[in-house]
Amino acid sequence: MDKDINIKVKVWRQNGPKEKGRFETYALKNISQGSSFLEMLDILNEQLINEGKIPVAFDHDCREGICGMCSLYINGHPHGPDGEITTCQLHMRSFNDGDTITIEPWRSAGFPIIKDLVVDRTAFEKIMQAGGYVSVNTGGIPDANAIPIPRDKAELAMDAAACIGCGACVAACKNGSAMLFVAAKVSQLALLPQGKPEAARRAKSMVAKMDELGFGNCTNTGACEVECPKNISISNIARLNREFLKAKFKD
Amino acid sequence: MSWLIKSSIGRKLIQSISGLFLILFLLFHLSMNVVLIFSHETYDFLANEILGANWWAIVGTLVLGLGVVVHIIYAVILTLQNWIARGRNRYASKSKTQVAWSSKNMFVLGVFIVLFLFIHMYQMWYQMQFKDLFGIEGVRHDGAQLVVDVLSQTWVLIAYVVAFIALWFHLNHGFWSALHTVGWNNDIWMKRLKRLGYFVSTLIVLGFIVVAFAVYLGYTNLLV
Repeated sequence: MDKDINIKVKVWRQNGPKEKGRFETYALKNISQGSSFLEMLDILNEQLINEGKIPVAFDHDCREGICGMCSLYINGHPHGPDGEITTCQLHMRSFNDGDTITIEPWRSAGFPIIKDLVVDRTAFEKIMQAGGYVSVNTGGIPDANAIPIPRDKAELAMDAAACIGCGACVAACKNGSAMLFVAAKVSQLALLPQGKPEAARRAKSMVAKMDELGFGNCTNTGACEVECPKNISISNIARLNREFLKAKFKD
Repeated sequence: MSWLIKSSIGRKLIQSISGLFLILFLLFHLSMNVVLIFSHETYDFLANEILGANWWAIVGTLVLGLGVVVHIIYAVILTLQNWIARGRNRYASKSKTQVAWSSKNMFVLGVFIVLFLFIHMYQMWYQMQFKDLFGIEGVRHDGAQLVVDVLSQTWVLIAYVVAFIALWFHLNHGFWSALHTVGWNNDIWMKRLKRLGYFVSTLIVLGFIVVAFAVYLGYTNLLV
């Protein structure tokens, strides 16, 4: 049964991108284990506002694990100790009475901190803009059944497309590498006939953008795959390597 | 071809190809060691006539040396870049993500192997091929006896075995990781490659350890 618990949260506070950050610890009383992690932070912020203090800034939007906005590195795990979920789907029943929970922002050169727990993830948008799409040179609407797609390919593409671009892969990686994200985005299109014509250009320009933005070199530790809330497989990274090398050797 | 150096995947390709080349060399090295157990005479013949100071052996040594140097240089470059990419502020809480220990410690393991290589190269290669090439006094043509002399010291045996264990961890991650980087992997092959890597690293390291102990305990030259 869910109980009410008393906890302490150790939160990273940083006033702005250039300011020096520090940890601050706050005590919270009677938090229902049935409440979500972000609701707990809402309660904390209400408490801070009532005390006349500045609330903690953190990213959140849909709160149902699909938008990819929430982040937070909680007790040594991106998206917290529970597996296969985003922070907004994490519940306080994962914690016990008397716990001190350490909450940090994603830490990576590619994701600079904006304020408190909010990081700038526009690097991912820039990588997408570099080629993560299918060009629409619109003609007539093609018949949906005119392009047969093998079931296994369709499944793999859908699995890769489950990536919500939250950045947990980068946050978990000891190399600050964005390979799992880029691999998922390249794979979801490279596997389908609609994405094939641009596959080589896409792989090259997205990897080039990723390198340019200061993400690290993947060393296949597999930490990204373990922490990914959407279970994206590192097999996609092998596919990205394959697509990229094929494209480069063809040049 | 500048993408090989400029792109992250290109740099990783260099690292993985040089690594795979070094694994092939280790297999060759192991087969040479095993000869020692059976016959000193054959070992010396191979060491002097087939390898030794012949032009092909020198070319082979240079290519191998290049492979080692490239592998080390790119290990340093990649590790430094990755360290910078991690950002200036580190996590206060220790990462609890479950990953293979060796995958996080490839560089440290590599440093241990390089330290071992210094000792090993001085004890063996310098005494044989190097001295022969540059006409330095005291060149050894009795390779088998040299190995026995060196490895009969207990501290040498211990140092070698420790280095072999580091090598085992290094290869365990390195083998499948290299093939993953060249793009030869998917959900099905992942298990196969990891198991194959386990097999190859165990074969190499166990072979080295068995030969080292055989030499230490005097079980060599058994066919004579």
